[in-house]
Amino acid sequence: MDIIKKIKEAGLKGRGGGSFSTALKWELAKKAQGKEKYVICNAAEGEPNVFKDKYILDNYLEDVINGIKIAKNFISAKSAYIYLNKNYTISEDIGDIIIFKKDSGYIGGEETSICEAIEGKRVEPRRKPPFLTESGLFGCPTLLNNVETFYCVSKIAKGEYNHSRFFSINGDVLNQGVYELREDITIFQALKETKNYPEFDFFAQVGGGASGEIMLPQELNRPVFGAGSITIYNREKTDKYELMEKWAEFFHTGNCDKCVPCREGAFRIYEMIKERNIDYDKLDSIFFSLKKSSFCSLGKSIPLPFESLIKKIR
Amino acid sequence: MIKLKINNIEVSAKKGESILDVAIRNGIKIPAVCRHSDLEPQSSCRLCLVSIKGRDGFFTSCSTNVENGMEIITDSPEIKKLRKINLELLFSQHIEQCSQCNWKYKCKLLSLAKDYNIKITKFNDRKKSFKEKKFGPSIVFDSSKCIDCKNCVQMCEKQGIGYLTVKEKDGFFQVVTDSSKECVYCGQCITHCPSGAFEEISSIEKVEKALEKKYVIFQFAPAIRSSIGEEFNMPYGSISTGKLVSSIKKLGAKKVFDVSVSADVTTIEEGNELIERLNNGKNLPMFTSCCPSWVRYVEIYKPEIVKNLTSVRSPHIILGGLIKTYFSEKEKINPKNIIVVSVMPCTSKKYEILRDELKVDGLRPVDYVLTTRELGKLIKKNNIDFKNIEEDALDSPWNKPTGAGVIYGNTGGVMESALRTVYEKLTGKKLKNINFKEVRGLEGVKEAKVKIGNKNINVAVVNGLGNINKIDLKKYEYIEVMACPGGCIGGGGQPIPINNEIRKKRAQSLYKIDSGDSVRMAHDSLTVKMIYKEFLNNKKNIHKTCHTTYFPKNK
Repeated sequence: MDIIKKIKEAGLKGRGGGSFSTALKWELAKKAQGKEKYVICNAAEGEPNVFKDKYILDNYLEDVINGIKIAKNFISAKSAYIYLNKNYTISEDIGDIIIFKKDSGYIGGEETSICEAIEGKRVEPRRKPPFLTESGLFGCPTLLNNVETFYCVSKIAKGEYNHSRFFSINGDVLNQGVYELREDITIFQALKETKNYPEFDFFAQVGGGASGEIMLPQELNRPVFGAGSITIYNREKTDKYELMEKWAEFFHTGNCDKCVPCREGAFRIYEMIKERNIDYDKLDSIFFSLKKSSFCSLGKSIPLPFESLIKKIR
Repeated sequence: MIKLKINNIEVSAKKGESILDVAIRNGIKIPAVCRHSDLEPQSSCRLCLVSIKGRDGFFTSCSTNVENGMEIITDSPEIKKLRKINLELLFSQHIEQCSQCNWKYKCKLLSLAKDYNIKITKFNDRKKSFKEKKFGPSIVFDSSKCIDCKNCVQMCEKQGIGYLTVKEKDGFFQVVTDSSKECVYCGQCITHCPSGAFEEISSIEKVEKALEKKYVIFQFAPAIRSSIGEEFNMPYGSISTGKLVSSIKKLGAKKVFDVSVSADVTTIEEGNELIERLNNGKNLPMFTSCCPSWVRYVEIYKPEIVKNLTSVRSPHIILGGLIKTYFSEKEKINPKNIIVVSVMPCTSKKYEILRDELKVDGLRPVDYVLTTRELGKLIKKNNIDFKNIEEDALDSPWNKPTGAGVIYGNTGGVMESALRTVYEKLTGKKLKNINFKEVRGLEGVKEAKVKIGNKNINVAVVNGLGNINKIDLKKYEYIEVMACPGGCIGGGGQPIPINNEIRKKRAQSLYKIDSGDSVRMAHDSLTVKMIYKEFLNNKKNIHKTCHTTYFPKNK
């Protein structure tokens, strides 16, 4: 059975946070016309409290490389890149796969920004369409997947795939770390099984340490989403302003400043929270504009943590 | 042909057109601040949002192309709300200095603020402490007015320079200058900036002071006559030579001369030099040198071809030199008491006049340069009713330009004038068809093969500095380069806005003057003939007023 059928049967979806069908992406990249093609493994992993890609690279590098090679072979790519978080290292010999160290903020992990970075240009997102599978790196069809996705492909190819997924669990927990669990596990079960379910009143941030949604204990009976992280906060002991200030600073300094709502909006959010002087009318306006008129998905995702925290915890 | 609906009105469009362009063409107003038709869409101001039936969310119409059957809505309560918020955010980073601004009453931001009834001070000004930076004697960048659209950066890259770039500073990616590069002062950042953050360094006050007590002579470039009217809300391309003269006279100038006349001297000298180089085969291709940004670019970035630049001075420098020698002698005025003011479509000319090697008998040929915009400001400041003022005539002896001198303002104009003269000089025959249409128009690179007697001359016209790297220099004998797209009519000192439609109208007017002129050859000009007879009759005078040297900078 060929690989694409196997991926389809496994129902694999991208593990970077976007959950796009891997088989469909691969087929698009294969069908696309282009003199050259490229494969990129996104190992930029830039959000706070998300470390699962690092864990996979440190422990299962061979499978990641194998997955990249299968992809390269499948679309007949000229070369493959690993776009690597600047604090991560790969010291093993990985053949002709090129390591490109990320040298930019959070935005540097967005897929079109990655192409700009590798091409030596200013790191900011491109307009979509065209999508990377039509016109990506150097204007050529490009297949970009997350580290974990390539790992899964390797497992699928070897017949070892057991529908597991990696979760970063951290914050006010006893056993923080990266865990490989069932992909459809609920947040509640993940906390229980890893002996991390708090005994105090808490809230969780799920799906990313900055852009993740705030969830209350009674909301945890659903699968983990986004980049697969769960961060636990002691409800009583956590300074909510401090927490929001951390996110706001992360977005304000990590974005690319290309479009008005994200450049100016993220800054104003940071300013208001830092000064502990929030004008909720202004804040709502900015959130509205971010969600509806930002250039890329990063900008669109900024309001979620703030809005969910303010709504649920205030 | 694509058929689509905008606000339920059926319109047709071509494949590859943006929604914004189609809407504008059909008279549907969509606000768009950062869009400039010369550049790739930045989609950064997020004002030109529209919604498309059957698709989620909003789309920037500048960067979304039309498709068959699309149904587009350009306005709704949600779209209004988004535009309002984004406008307020744009104003939060823009220090308003409206009274001084290049855009003044033409400012898109300000008129949108009224249309959307926003409070421009809703947020405190985040750029309060942002500084000004001067680029040589030509341009000033006030970063507190910058709205970060990065059009200037894209344009500077397109010009092949990259002096303007983006760097991270204090949590923001900001427009900064790259210290490893040098600005060539073309001023295209000014004409592509929607928020007035770039302007020429003003010489208005100095000129005003000179007008009070000196013998001030104004001279204006070929390209001014078809653009200055825009400063007074006249239609694009209005020819207003006579109004220009009378307005300048009202300011107190003693004489007003036309640089087109000395452009004919440039043509004759340059033609002679080309013939000489063609004969001895040395330093070919020969490049034009009227454009000071191009000269500066060669000296800094392509020093190896400095020897290929013609040694002929640019027209206004020649005329300034003639004023302070030939004219002053004739009129018995001490040249030290003469102040020559050039009205130029150009910011780079402010730099050119400071080049020491251009001095004639120890004096600078030109003392001050005003851009077209500055002259417009000065005329307004003096309450002169430009639009309705009675026309006046230029002063003798530089009052009768040829068509060849006037088209210098267009890309390809220097080439065309030179070809007309070189043809007749080399063959001794009258040129039958004097319109060299191959070198006209707004393409980035134009080329022509011209048969002159038994010689085939290959020429190229580079329109826009960045295009110099697109041609193989070895293929040509003669190359014209103008840094600004469109040539001087699209210069960095010209009225804004500027786009290809406007460039075409300004250019057409210059060609119209040329085709209506009875004398269309530089060497047929009676004025020029007289000057050669009376003053430029020896090598020494020709050399000191018409030729110069260049200095390759070793980087």
